Amino acid sequence: MEMMPFLLFVFFVGLVLGLSFYFARQARSASGYYAAGGTVHWFVNGIAFAGDYLSAASFLGICGMIATAGYDGFLYSIGYLAGWIVALFVVAEPMKRLGKYTFTDALDAKFNSKGIQLAAAISTLVVSLFYLIPQMVGAGVLIQPLLGLPHYVGVILVGVIVIIIVATAGMTSTTYVQFLKGFMLVIFSSVLVFYMCGRGLTTTPDQGGAVPFYEYKIMAASEAGDSVTPADQSYKVSAVKDIKKDRFVKLMKEGVESWWVRQPGETAASIKLREAQFVALRADGSKIINGLASTAGGKLRQVGNMEVIAGKKGAEADTGSLSPIEYLAKVGSHDSVIGLWKDASFEDGTDKVKVYYSYPAPGNKVMRPGMKFKVEGNFWEKLDFVSLMLALFFGTAALPHILIRYYTVPSPAAARKSTIVAIAAIGFFYVLTLFMGIGAMTHGVVNVADNNMSAPLLARSFGTFLFSIISALAFATVLGTVSGLIIAASGAVAHDLMDRYLDMKLTDKSKVAAGKASAFVVGIIAIFLGIIFQGMNVSFLVGWAFAVAASANLPAIMMLLFWKKTSASGIVASIFVGTVSALGLIMLSPDMYKMYGFDPMTAPVPFSNPGIVSIPLSFITIVIVSMFSAKSSPVESNELSGA
Amino acid sequence: MLHEPAAQSGHDPSSSYKMKLGMWMFIFYSIFYAGFIAINLISPISMEKTFFSGLNLAVVYGFGLIIVALIQALIYDRACNLKEKELAGTQKTEVK
Repeated sequence: MEMMPFLLFVFFVGLVLGLSFYFARQARSASGYYAAGGTVHWFVNGIAFAGDYLSAASFLGICGMIATAGYDGFLYSIGYLAGWIVALFVVAEPMKRLGKYTFTDALDAKFNSKGIQLAAAISTLVVSLFYLIPQMVGAGVLIQPLLGLPHYVGVILVGVIVIIIVATAGMTSTTYVQFLKGFMLVIFSSVLVFYMCGRGLTTTPDQGGAVPFYEYKIMAASEAGDSVTPADQSYKVSAVKDIKKDRFVKLMKEGVESWWVRQPGETAASIKLREAQFVALRADGSKIINGLASTAGGKLRQVGNMEVIAGKKGAEADTGSLSPIEYLAKVGSHDSVIGLWKDASFEDGTDKVKVYYSYPAPGNKVMRPGMKFKVEGNFWEKLDFVSLMLALFFGTAALPHILIRYYTVPSPAAARKSTIVAIAAIGFFYVLTLFMGIGAMTHGVVNVADNNMSAPLLARSFGTFLFSIISALAFATVLGTVSGLIIAASGAVAHDLMDRYLDMKLTDKSKVAAGKASAFVVGIIAIFLGIIFQGMNVSFLVGWAFAVAASANLPAIMMLLFWKKTSASGIVASIFVGTVSALGLIMLSPDMYKMYGFDPMTAPVPFSNPGIVSIPLSFITIVIVSMFSAKSSPVESNELSGA
Repeated sequence: MLHEPAAQSGHDPSSSYKMKLGMWMFIFYSIFYAGFIAINLISPISMEKTFFSGLNLAVVYGFGLIIVALIQALIYDRACNLKEKELAGTQKTEVK
């Protein structure tokens, strides 16, 4: 374990816990615990919004996805930021005016409906839990390189710290943890991008001299049907595997195994074999990584480099320092080629093998949508892309842990101003994500087995200090967001369900106690989920949380504000239809089928992002049910708007 | 630590103006956002064309969506502040 990362980590955790204990006395009332007394300054709240929102998904997931799939990862940045427009122009001020502690308060402001209290509380819990999973996975991902501890330790550590933060001072400590984290994340991400542009681009990145560039071998071979013969006779073919369109060849040399991927040659019979990386899991549980036992130092190499930079190769391609615009222009040039990586899993006898292999991707393709989301694909693939963009746009303004931050400021105008501060901070950070992701992709720092660590690993290539501070910040990122989510979930349980729905008539003091107990339980659940979902790309999971939020909550909020005939029954039905349809479509989607271990092609739903179906369905439901339900206190929209 | 007293948020004479303005700005931005999606679906190849200072359309449009969001937000805030001041006689809603 390196000392600097450890000391910075301890410093951040100590700071966070110190803040929590300092503010503990302010959280003795329900207003103090759930809404920081409604007295937070709009600027602090705006940066805290950024700290709340810029989660592990934004920092780790987006950068990781850009590092491996190019511009497609940046689509998340665009969509996440665009969602704040909906928050600012549609929900910010009404939400502050109508609510007290939770999103349910606002929805139920004019109805006092048990159905709304139950439905909104359940949707808050579902969305918060969905959102918690990637944050906890991110914590586990961070702890391995930072402190050298296993994934589950990171998850448990975050769970315990967050439970302490929330249980001591509720929304007040959460606000200042998020404020500090949001502020420092933007500052140090800017520093990282500055260093990255200063280093420029090269075809042989060596992490500033720390890790020599590894040149993957390419070998001539001949092919006849299933038979492959390498030109170098010292290699013997041990196995040939055809997986989808790719052929993998296992070669043995002096008792050491290696896997190679077939590449076309000049004629059909004359091919090339390109060296790949691999992990082979033996039947006895031992692992061979790149030819060496994991216990004897076998490990995967970090990857990612440009093969051609704006038409130039080798030493003459080195650019030296570049401006940010030049950096992106060079990478996205039609004459640039980037070595990207993908993987394939199969069985070789009793071994379970996973091969990681590179392929050349043109710069112009990498720097536009299409690598992951098939905008040039079939109808369903295009629909998937539209569905994702729709969910991201409408999801932000429907996230319970974001909405409750509107209750921490003194007035609707302060809610508006804090949203604008959030847009500025978050927007700037999202611009940086493109640089950090592309930087990781081209600086030879990507971990092929888990792209979530791309941004911190990029920082490590500039020295231990930057890595330590970026990693500690990333950890604080998880703490800030998880705290917000647990506050939202505990409010849903203690305030919405226990106090209002079950009519338990809790005193102010017991409402705080119930909130703290709920935070403890939700924290424990989050720990379990974080361990179970290890290995999933965190941004991808958050995309689903957005889809569920956009489907379950946003139609109810918008119709309540803009349609006078909206009824309580309509809101309840809309929340349930939105939640169930979004969850159902996700469970039956190709991506989930892949997770279950089934063939994704057999999934009954041909797309993975449910928003395109579930959001309109939720809107239609609220209209139909409101029109046909018995008259239940129709809402005057001008009354809701405060006019 | 930058706390301020909570204000009672009752009647706000400028709220209908803000709601209408917000809706129009939301519609404008939605069209801009939809344009990004539409270009990707109809002519994805256009996204890789160099558009500004060596950057392709995808990057310029993506950054544009972020920058326009901030510009719109500032315009909206300015307009709301002016309206709130204008109608301040009805109820004071200005933020310190």
